[in-house]
Amino acid sequence: MRYLPLTQPDRDAMLDVIGADTIDALFVDVPKDARLDGPVRDLPNHASELAVERHMTALARKNTVAGEVPFFLGCGAYRHHVPASVDHLIQRGEFLTAYTPYQPEIAQGTLQMLFEFQTQVARLLGTDVANASMYDGSTACWEAIGMARRITRKGKAILSSGLHPHYVSVARTMAKYTGDVLDTTTPWLVPDMDIDRLIGAIDDDTSCVVVQYPDILGRIADLRPLADAAHAKKALLIVVVTEPVALGALKSPGEMDADIVVGEGQSLGVGLQFGGPYVGLFGCKDKYVRQMPGRLCGETVDADGRRGFVLTLSTREQHIRREKATSNICTNSGLCALAFSIHMTLLGEAGLRQLAEVNHAGAVAAAIRLSQIPGVELVNTGFFNEFTLKLPVEARPVVRTLADRGILAGVSLGRLYPGEGDLANGLVVAVTETTTAEDVETLAAALQEILA
Amino acid sequence: MSINQSGWRPTTPTKGNDAAPTFTGNKALMLEEALIFKIGDATTTGVDFTGFGAPTAADDKLSGLARTAPIGLPGLSEPETVRHYTRLSRQNYAIDLGLFPLGSCTMKHNPRLNEKMARLPGFSDIHPLAPVDTVQGALEVIHQLAHWLVTLTGMTSVAMSPKAGAHGELCGILAIKAALAKRGEGARKVILVPESAHGTNPATAAFAGFAVEDIPATPDGRIDTAALIARLGPDVAGVMITNPNTCGLFECDLKTISDAVHAAGGYVYCDGANFNAIVGRVRPGDLGVDAMHINLHKTFSTPHGGGGPGSGPVVFSEALTPFAPLPFVEKQGEHFVLIEEETAGEHHADSFGRMVAFHGQMGMFTRALTYILSHGADGLRQVAEDAVLNANYVLRSLEDVLHAPFAGAGPCMHEALFSDSNLADGFSTLDVAKGLIDEGYHPMTVYFPLVVHGAMLVEPTETESKAALDQFIGALRSVAERAKAGDASLKTAPHFAPRSRLDETQAARKPILVWKEPAPIAQAAE
Repeated sequence: MRYLPLTQPDRDAMLDVIGADTIDALFVDVPKDARLDGPVRDLPNHASELAVERHMTALARKNTVAGEVPFFLGCGAYRHHVPASVDHLIQRGEFLTAYTPYQPEIAQGTLQMLFEFQTQVARLLGTDVANASMYDGSTACWEAIGMARRITRKGKAILSSGLHPHYVSVARTMAKYTGDVLDTTTPWLVPDMDIDRLIGAIDDDTSCVVVQYPDILGRIADLRPLADAAHAKKALLIVVVTEPVALGALKSPGEMDADIVVGEGQSLGVGLQFGGPYVGLFGCKDKYVRQMPGRLCGETVDADGRRGFVLTLSTREQHIRREKATSNICTNSGLCALAFSIHMTLLGEAGLRQLAEVNHAGAVAAAIRLSQIPGVELVNTGFFNEFTLKLPVEARPVVRTLADRGILAGVSLGRLYPGEGDLANGLVVAVTETTTAEDVETLAAALQEILA
Repeated sequence: MSINQSGWRPTTPTKGNDAAPTFTGNKALMLEEALIFKIGDATTTGVDFTGFGAPTAADDKLSGLARTAPIGLPGLSEPETVRHYTRLSRQNYAIDLGLFPLGSCTMKHNPRLNEKMARLPGFSDIHPLAPVDTVQGALEVIHQLAHWLVTLTGMTSVAMSPKAGAHGELCGILAIKAALAKRGEGARKVILVPESAHGTNPATAAFAGFAVEDIPATPDGRIDTAALIARLGPDVAGVMITNPNTCGLFECDLKTISDAVHAAGGYVYCDGANFNAIVGRVRPGDLGVDAMHINLHKTFSTPHGGGGPGSGPVVFSEALTPFAPLPFVEKQGEHFVLIEEETAGEHHADSFGRMVAFHGQMGMFTRALTYILSHGADGLRQVAEDAVLNANYVLRSLEDVLHAPFAGAGPCMHEALFSDSNLADGFSTLDVAKGLIDEGYHPMTVYFPLVVHGAMLVEPTETESKAALDQFIGALRSVAERAKAGDASLKTAPHFAPRSRLDETQAARKPILVWKEPAPIAQAAE
């Protein structure tokens, strides 16, 4: 077996040192009737690298590759071009096969990277601080709600109707166990976000308002009035960003006085990968840092006075605080955070702004073209790189028909909100720098033909 | 016994520390690297664009929310970027550089075929919400991996979506909570957790609203079975047990404990962090386990990546299967379907809900399946045997120099536990750990488990050769002997790492978590 270096003479010599006759003697503490006498039955034996590669390649070929077809899916996962150097660098063995940097003297590479990542994320989100990453956007969103409960000592969270339905679903699952009350509703196919509804719902029991920006339908709004209304009732404003590239063009949530900003960082550096692994972004105001979940990297000095970095404020964390920890989270998403950070460094401010411009220009052009199709309406007034169309018929079968023609047309709201008749005609379309004008024309022509 | 495989022998004392400081602060291949905020600027970019032109101000759709203030993100050209991160990478220890004996973390070799397979466009470039007919191969990967995990553990079903080990623990505990609620026994509020457990166990149980009570240990490092059984009753929801436990020992009474817990109306959660010791040799399902998470990044070799991403699928017994979270994959005829909120329908109506957006760590599933297919049932059994053999070899090779608290009772499983009890006065586990760094190793897990004073938990894994083990044993023996002899230079180790001991107290007292432009220094009047 190519991954196992011990030879049989090695094994025999080692058993001699141990003083055991057979390997079975080392498993003596396992009750006899629980010991298997041979390999687990009904499973194949080992295979060569070539054989495994053939097997996996055959499975991969059964999927439609996004990059090979006109592709318009978004809703929390976006297809962006990741520069080749990103994937090369994250495969450096010193990054790929390192552990959590608990021994800082020999982990400064990971630690300095995390410090740079935290700074990049904080600046992008407009927050004072950011942590070293979470599992993904949906779990970061739930952790933010829990953090707001700890800070405000109140347990009612008001969720925008435009929050990603999977994020709502995760919060709903967790709230069952923590006792938080969630105010939720499905969205309406209207041009504006539900800011007024949210402001009206805030009361003295409210711990936080959670709003996605841009929201699940791609809509945007000035969140400052919402922040003011929340703060007037001693509640926090949590803003969720599922498309960080948007913040290259749009005012940051921090600029609009958000208290906690969480996000899905997949767009930068991390591919689609059928939904994971991704990287959760988590930033907040300075004054709340000790209630933050997750790992934090901080600057310090070594015994010789040289600058260095360590994991810090770990008294919030489970391995120290056990049942009193701010969260049970242990692992973060280190390698995806590295990919995010490298991509962000390659872009820089100038590149990020350009990337955002290209995305927005493409989306504007696509929205104009697609809404020219008879019967198709553009729902949004404002958007970044994603917008919602209202079709004259249910969108879900249309998406399936287009997929059969080799076009991945977008996410039907029927898929995200099954059983919600009012939303069934909605189609969310995302356009990035990877989308070409020909792709848009191909989609427009096919859609027009199907709807005719 | 010290084996220097390079053949190099020092003939004169090393003079490195007497040399004059360099202009750069570098020491040959040991390179200092500035922060990107020092070397980059807001106008540089390493990316060129083609595509749609920018909309003019008149036709943008940003609703007056365009960002105007500077963001403060430095950019670097591609060559500068590659150099920055390559230089940073060289300040890290990693499995690729040497033995990484971190107990309970299973730092085994990460095969590169896994990386190659995960990057096939058919896996890496597919959207989680793509129509299911266009991602049948992805669903088949999940289904195949699920079949392996269920079969290897002898369980009934598996939830694939948890993002990491602690997330998997939460998944298992929420299933237990849901099962109790269904039985109308929400009054069971207590979860029993051994003192030697990972910190995530009590944190998880507390999150789910359970009160955590410690289970005492016996002097031989195992659960006090009698005390545990005596504590069972109508207020106990279940137990969380790590097996093999964090002392590196198999909990030989687990089946007895499971039977007693079940008889008292509770459930058994097993922390599967140490599954590598028994994979292919013992099926947790045969021991009465109701739920167990599997760290794909431990047993099944997906890379640790400097702290994630992990992946923590949870296998369930028949009793807990109805409560497993959404989504999951089912095979219907030749077709694979995704069971989500919409289709959970009647026969999955008891699912406790969704834990995460989309379907879990697909990129880790492709790597883990590649690893599993490479080993097969026979190879995985050999993995456990070699992992246990290597750990026992380390234990028996060092027990004369380091105190091994449980070595008298018999063999260990996949990790060897030592304590600091026979070091010289004033010398601790920390000093041994930092001394090992100078020997070119990542230290073992230190001060865990908490039940042993100054614990040193060594997990060599099965991917180390005998020669590599012999060299490590020699190095640890040398450091231990220095610590027993009171060698003062150990107190200031490491001496040869990119940094000496870092001041963690200062870091926590006045946290600096983001880089800030230094305040401009007032120009002195001349």
